[in-house]
Amino acid sequence: MSILINESTRLIVQGITGRDGGFHTRKMLDYGTQIVGGVSPGKGGTHVHDVPVFNTMEQAVKQTNANTSIIFVPARFAADSIMEAADAGIKLIICIAEGIPTLDVVKAYRYVQQKGAQLIGPNCPGLVTPGKSLAGILPAQIFKPGRIGVISRSGTLTYEIVYHLSAAGLGQSTAIGMGGDPVVGLYFIDLLDLFENDPDTDAMVMIGEIGGNAEELAAEHIRKHITKPVVAFIAGQSAPVGKQMGHAGAIISSGSGTAAEKIESLKAAGVLVADEPSQIPELLKSVNLLKTK
Amino acid sequence: MKIHEYQAKDLFSTYGIPVKKHRLCFSVAEAVSAYKDLGEQQVVVKAQVLTGGRGKAGGIKLASNEEDVASKAAQIIGMSIKGYPVEKVLLTEAVNITSEYYVSFAIDRNKKSVLLIMSPEGGVEIETVAVETPDRIFRFNIDPMIGIPDFMARQFAFTMFTSIEQVNQMATIIQKLYRLFIEKDASLAEINPLVQTAEGQLIAIDAKMTFDDNALFRHDEIRALAELTDEEKTEVSAKDKGFSYVSLDGEIGCMVNGAGLAMATMDMIKLYGGSPANFLDIGGSSNPVKVIEAMKLLLSDKRVKVVLINIFGGITRCDDVANGLLEAFKQIETQTPVIVRLTGTNEQEGRALLQNTRFLVAQTMSEATHMAVEIASKS
Repeated sequence: MSILINESTRLIVQGITGRDGGFHTRKMLDYGTQIVGGVSPGKGGTHVHDVPVFNTMEQAVKQTNANTSIIFVPARFAADSIMEAADAGIKLIICIAEGIPTLDVVKAYRYVQQKGAQLIGPNCPGLVTPGKSLAGILPAQIFKPGRIGVISRSGTLTYEIVYHLSAAGLGQSTAIGMGGDPVVGLYFIDLLDLFENDPDTDAMVMIGEIGGNAEELAAEHIRKHITKPVVAFIAGQSAPVGKQMGHAGAIISSGSGTAAEKIESLKAAGVLVADEPSQIPELLKSVNLLKTK
Repeated sequence: MKIHEYQAKDLFSTYGIPVKKHRLCFSVAEAVSAYKDLGEQQVVVKAQVLTGGRGKAGGIKLASNEEDVASKAAQIIGMSIKGYPVEKVLLTEAVNITSEYYVSFAIDRNKKSVLLIMSPEGGVEIETVAVETPDRIFRFNIDPMIGIPDFMARQFAFTMFTSIEQVNQMATIIQKLYRLFIEKDASLAEINPLVQTAEGQLIAIDAKMTFDDNALFRHDEIRALAELTDEEKTEVSAKDKGFSYVSLDGEIGCMVNGAGLAMATMDMIKLYGGSPANFLDIGGSSNPVKVIEAMKLLLSDKRVKVVLINIFGGITRCDDVANGLLEAFKQIETQTPVIVRLTGTNEQEGRALLQNTRFLVAQTMSEATHMAVEIASKS
């Protein structure tokens, strides 16, 4: 088992004829992901890496029975693509694009909700269930199959941490980059619940950063509902107030959203918080030890 | 993107949200002539700076005759509020206030929608109200599909007012402020305080708005209102070149791929006793052109004593990154020590390429950080 994607994931790439779409389609195919189609208006009937291209999501879903889509179109068109996927009946939509206006995401998200679908991103690296399926731009070779669930607001910091995990013999059940924007789809609480109920996940690593209060809410949720061990790392302890640190959502507003507050709430909920990324494997090993005692 | 109070009030006027007459002044003389022009006895002189806490800092003062206006304007123009120099003041008609309220629209990250916040405790920071009297704050999430129809606006207004005259005024303000928020892609539209005058009228006597940077491409009229500090100009020009840069006040320059890893690198420098000179995320690829631009920016900060390059080679392999760095540094002239830490795909090959070159090569983040902190403390 795993969460969200596995060997039966049937993926459509929206924006498959673009540079990034084409490049990552190749990477995902090489990993073994079942890509059943691509969409690019006006390019229907052609092929990219032998994957059939359709003009609309509606056609693509009808003819391929896809259940998941990944969006590589430019930011200005990406919210529309999210809605197109939801309208076509896709149940899991992953949006990689960075720079979509927040209010466009708010609207698209509402539509996704109404259609009973789920959204990951935007401004995210996607997700991977090692050995089974990769839907995103994550570097496949650093992941190893295993029993740790990884949830993150970041991209390369996730890779850094996964790299340490794999090197320490701690493989991953599923690893997800949720996205760095203020408004994104599935978040800490949703994903912690999915991992909690996944029999093949033993423990979770959550990687947070400054901005918002999602880590605090997650801490509260962990205290009440999560029984599996959680280890965390929070980036941005040295970030100044009022400055956006790369990600649109990474900003401390008038003293709230600081790393210190997040770390404090997580610790209060019994979460072990690492001082630096390389500490995470030893912390995980220590909690697993405690659990088996 | 932030704008000034006077700019936000101009937007309010355009959308029919009641504000008092005002005049923008850049000098004492202008303030005096604006006073005559307004023709009101009691006026307020307000510093126009892109930061909060103006009142506490003495940037907002009442005045009731020409001399008074001149002396208050002279006190405020040229003062500095939280590091922002005051270059202009707003002169507005004073209002006979009977009560103060709070109303705003913002983005609710957790509910993933626009949030209306109202409180009968206006005139103080809403964060303070949230801590001290949380039951005096009303929150309503707005469904983007229907917005705020009349009945709903009335329903919201009835939580704050009982008289139908006030309810109707409030409902209209709520709807107009929402329309402004949506049409201009704001991330905050705040009236604090919204006051009730002795005559029973509701008026916005302050106005604060910030906008979504990601949506500025479709709002030239908003972009035109931007007033950037030198620091912000550097940040914007970095963004145009494809990387994010924030200047800090330390000695260790950082260049990292990815925002999260860049923050973690700064944190580790602090943890090990050093201080980062900047946040710099050069993004996914590390092609030589980008590296050259980023290094120019880093080295233009004369406080930088050592540079720490921290790259995780994911899709871009470490050997490609190493070649890119070697290529870039052929064109960069600097004596500043540069530490490179490469991890990820093909890391052995990448590191081998950098051995016996001008770079100091580190294997792990902690090793690289230790090296950087040590060099910075010795030089």
